[in-house]
Order: sequence, then structure tokens, then C-alpha cells
Amino acid sequence: MNFVSRQTLPFLLILAAGLVAPFLLPAYSNEIAVLWLMIVFASTWDILGGQMGYNSLGNIFFFGAGMYVCAIVQIGLYYDVGMYTSGARTTHIVFSTAQYFTGFALGTVAAGIACAILALAAGLIVFGLRGPYFAIGTLGLAIAAAELVASWEWVGAASGISMPVFPGGPDTQKIFFYFLLFALAFVLLVFLRWLYSTNFGLALNAIRDDEEKAEAMGLHTRRYKRTAWAISAVFLGVAGAIFGNMTGFIEPRDIAFPTTTFNLFMVVMVLLGGKGTLWGPVIGAVIFHTIKEVTWTYFLGWQFIALGALIVITIVYFQQGIVGWLFEKYPRMFAPRAAGRREQESEIGVGLAPHPEGAE
Amino acid sequence: MMQHIIGNISILGAAPVLNLGLLIDGILIGSIFALAAYGLALVWGVMNVKNLAQGDFIMLGGYITWSLGRHGFDPLLGVPVAFALLWGIGWVVYRLVVSKVITRDLFTSLLATFGIAIVIQQTLNLAFGPDTQSAQSGLPSWTFAGGLITIPATRIIGFGLAMVLALAVIVFMKNSRMGQAIRATAQDARAARVLGIDTEKVYSFTFCLNAAICGAAGALVALVWNVQPFLGTTYSIRLFVIVTAAGFGNLPAVIAAGFGMGVFEQFGGFLLGAEFQQALIVILLLSVLAYRQWQYLRVRQAVQ
Repeated sequence: MNFVSRQTLPFLLILAAGLVAPFLLPAYSNEIAVLWLMIVFASTWDILGGQMGYNSLGNIFFFGAGMYVCAIVQIGLYYDVGMYTSGARTTHIVFSTAQYFTGFALGTVAAGIACAILALAAGLIVFGLRGPYFAIGTLGLAIAAAELVASWEWVGAASGISMPVFPGGPDTQKIFFYFLLFALAFVLLVFLRWLYSTNFGLALNAIRDDEEKAEAMGLHTRRYKRTAWAISAVFLGVAGAIFGNMTGFIEPRDIAFPTTTFNLFMVVMVLLGGKGTLWGPVIGAVIFHTIKEVTWTYFLGWQFIALGALIVITIVYFQQGIVGWLFEKYPRMFAPRAAGRREQESEIGVGLAPHPEGAE
Repeated sequence: MMQHIIGNISILGAAPVLNLGLLIDGILIGSIFALAAYGLALVWGVMNVKNLAQGDFIMLGGYITWSLGRHGFDPLLGVPVAFALLWGIGWVVYRLVVSKVITRDLFTSLLATFGIAIVIQQTLNLAFGPDTQSAQSGLPSWTFAGGLITIPATRIIGFGLAMVLALAVIVFMKNSRMGQAIRATAQDARAARVLGIDTEKVYSFTFCLNAAICGAAGALVALVWNVQPFLGTTYSIRLFVIVTAAGFGNLPAVIAAGFGMGVFEQFGGFLLGAEFQQALIVILLLSVLAYRQWQYLRVRQAVQ
């Protein structure tokens, strides 16, 4: 009983907080909605970066791809996309309520599927790369996508697309998108909690710890890596679809594929919170987003310099993150699983090797 | 789009002398790429740090030159001034950040330098605004082949200076005591330490030298081309492509790839249009990485 509540308590707390927040703090419901988005960003980045040891700098690619796929489906179902996006269009375009929701639902599903396929395909190109090459390769993927979309007339090129207008008042719209993003983040966390307890999660950790050995043990590492990337791509794609409709206007460089803002936030949030854990990215996202929202307005143009400095400081001086620091400081309280496992190991290990962990 | 490209190809076919013009332009500009790529390869090989702020060091050098030109100095003076100033900036960056991450895993140093890159970009943007600038030297341009080929004097001077600088660095690395220490550290840092080389000093010197080379390259960029706060990333990616394609231990190949990059960009820009320039570079990066992987796959190794 005690054990079960300890596992489910954080989820219940999050559920309660998520349901109450927009009514308790109606003025900040947009900011809190973005916080859920940030949690999705951080947690999906951690699937590769933390659990699998592949530090991607281009996960934002799927966010933008999902956004554009959803937009194209939403518009393409009822109108000609090229005509809709052209600056010189003459017809006035309206979407009825039914059209809007059908388009949005289908678009979101399409975004998820398309991003999974893109991840599997792109995985063929990037997963033979390791370490910094992987990081640069994925960064290249995101920049290439931004540049190509920015010169693709059919989807509005650099001037972007104005999304169909939400049928309903601004308050309904706020609440609607808030709960979508919250639901996405909650489902993702529950899903990850389950995923990390399966053999799949163990395989990811094996790849992180030693990929050659994992392969020698018979794991099809490439298949695992691509699947893991596809999982994070699905969630990012759906997040992109929702966020695109939430902002009402999408554009390649700063909204869909922002390589130096959202893309980096993901990494910083995970490093700040502690990578390779379920709750580290969440804590990192909450702290990062709160600091950002509270201080951003006081910096006036200096905010990105502050961001760069924050990245450098986090990486140089505080790389184990908050959760990692707690693990180190209070191993019994915060890492019951790891501590328990270690004790077991040392019992088994008696007589085999004097220092199983110190051996290199 | 397709018609546009085919049209441009037929222009090149109809006026072969245009090819020559693009080739010369590419080689003149490629010399600057080669110079900066050499600096990247140096830091990469000696310290095993992949410096993503490389392009932003170049932009810093470019803005120093541009400011000198605006205050009435000869922009050519920017080359030594940017060299010296960037040496100092490199030292500060090394002390504050790079020295702390050098022993950690590679992603740490990569991300740390990415952070530095963002700080530099945004500072330049705040200080000089987002406009594209270029240093005016007041030097003539020569035209050949009835106006089809134009060669500005600055490009010739830039080419000459880049070559002289690269040569000086190579001679320095070959003959000086410090150069020997750097090469020894690159081969085996531990053995070098055992033999009494202060590797910490070598790392610091290498990073400063690289920053200074970037500063000089940036001065040349401001002279023959233009600078803009956010162009740094493009340069970083370009240099990364060059070094990845050539292999960081192979100096002649790095220089050749630098020229190749210049020529490739001139032709690519001409055929597709200038708006595709950045996409072209990134796609080239992905192709080079894919090719390297395919190469390594045959010997069952990963690119790392």
C-alpha cells in the first residue's frame, strides 16, 4: 500500500494541479499551458538524451514537422493549400465549427503518424553517428528543415501560414488548448513511467551504458534507437500540431523550427533537472519555465544573452542536475530502486570481484 | 523551380567563361574557409573540443574590422587588430568555460560552446543591430572577359593574406618549441605530460591561437563579403563540414576541402539562387555525415 502510493502520488498531484491550475490562476493559463509543453519537450528529449545516451540537438525538427503536417491537413481537407497560403488570395476563407474540429483531429493524428515515419527514416541517416556527430547531424536536420520550408512557396515560405480561426470565444480557446497540452503531458508521463519499467527501457539504458556490449548481447541497437526516436517524435509532432493551432500563426524559423530557443530549452531543462530520470526533466522544466517567465520581461533584449549564460553555467558547473544532486546527497530517500539494487548486487558480488564498480 | 535551375545551367553552358569566374571567386573565398577550418581542426585535434562558437569568433573579428572602417581607419588594419583582440577574447573564454569542460564528455564541450555562440550572437545583435554590414576599403575591382568576370582587389588581398597567415601558422607549428609541444599533446596528452610539457598551457595557447585565426579570417570576411550577427552558425556548420569531410588530422585535405567548399557554394548559389545558400550548406553537412557513416559501416565502426 505504502509502496503503491509512493509511485502514484506524483501522478495524482500532477493531475490535481493540472485540473485546478487554469481556474485558480486564470490570468496565467497560457503560461501554464506552455509549461506543459515544456514538460513534453524535456521528457521526450530525455528518452534519447538521458535514457539512451544520444544527445540530440535537433528534436525540434519533429515539433515543426508536426505543426506543418497538421496545418496542411487542416487546410487541404477543404481548400487548395497553395491558394490558401498565397499572399494574393482573393477569396475570404472560413472554416465551420465541424470543419475546424474534423480538420484539427485528423491533422493531429496525421502529425503523429508522419513524425513517426520521419523519425524512422531520419534514424537511418543519423543513428550510425555517435556523440558530437549525432548532435551536429540532428542540428543540421532541424536547420535544413527550417531553411527548406522557408523557401517552399506552397506552404507560405518564410511568411508562414495563418491557421484556421478557432470557432468560439477567446476564453473557450484558452481552456481548450490548455487541457489538450495538459492531457498530452500527463499521458506522456504515464506512458514513460510504464516504458522505463519494461525491457525496452532496460535496452535503452544498455545502449547508453555500452552500445558495443549491448549489441554483442544480441540487442538490435539500431532498431531500438529508431523506435525510441519515433516515440519521442510522435509526442513532439502532436505537441506541434496543438501548439500551431494554439498560436494561430505558424512560420518556419521562429515558431516551427526554433533551433536556438525551444530546441535548446529542451536540453537545458533536462540538464537542470537531472537527465536519465523520470522526474528530473519535469522538475527542470518547471524551474526553468518559472525563472524564464518571471525574469524575461526585466531583461529587455538581454534575455537571450542570459539564456546562453544559463546554458553555459548549467553545463559547466551543475551537470548532474537537481535530481542527480538529490540522488547523490540522499541516496536512500530519493533513489530507493537504485540503492536497493546496489545492495543486492554487492551481496551477489561477494567473492567475485572486490570492487565491481571501481573496475574499469 | 526546375526550369529556373535548367535555365541557369544553360547560361553556364552558353558562356563558359562564367564558369571560370565562379571558380576564381570560389577559390578566393575558399581560402578564408580553409584558414578558419585549419583553426577548428587544430582545436579539434589537440583538445578534442568541437568548437561550435567558431563561426561566431569569425563574426566578432568581422565586426571589429567593420567598426575600425567606420571610425576612419583602413579596414586592412582590422586583420592584425582582430587577431590580437580575439586572442584576448579566446583566453577569457578558455579560462571561464572551455578549461572546465575539456576533460568531460564531448557533448558537454559541444553544448558549452553552443552556449558561447548564442551569447556572442546576441551580444553582437544588441551592439550592432541585425543588419548586414561590410567594410568599405575603397579599393578597385578589375573586370575581364567583357564584364563577365569581376574580381575586386579586396578578394585578391584577402586570398593573399589568408595564405600568408596559414603558411605562418604551419611554419610555427613545425619549427617553434610551442608548436612541437602542441603536436606532442595532440599525439598523446598523457605522454606529453610525463615528458614535462605543461599541457594546460598548450591547451590554453591552442584555443587562443584558434580564436585569433578566426579573428583574422573574420576581418577578411568583412572585407570581401559581409557580416551579420546570426551568420556565425552558418560559418560553424561550413567549417564543420570541411573538417569532417577532410578528417582533422589531415592538413592538406582540410585546406583542399576549404577551397572545395568555396567553389561548391559559388556554383550552388548561382544555380539555385542565393536564398538556398544556407540550406545547401546544411544538406552538404548531412551528405558528408551520411557518407562517413557508410564508409565506417563497411568496417563495422561508428562515426564518433
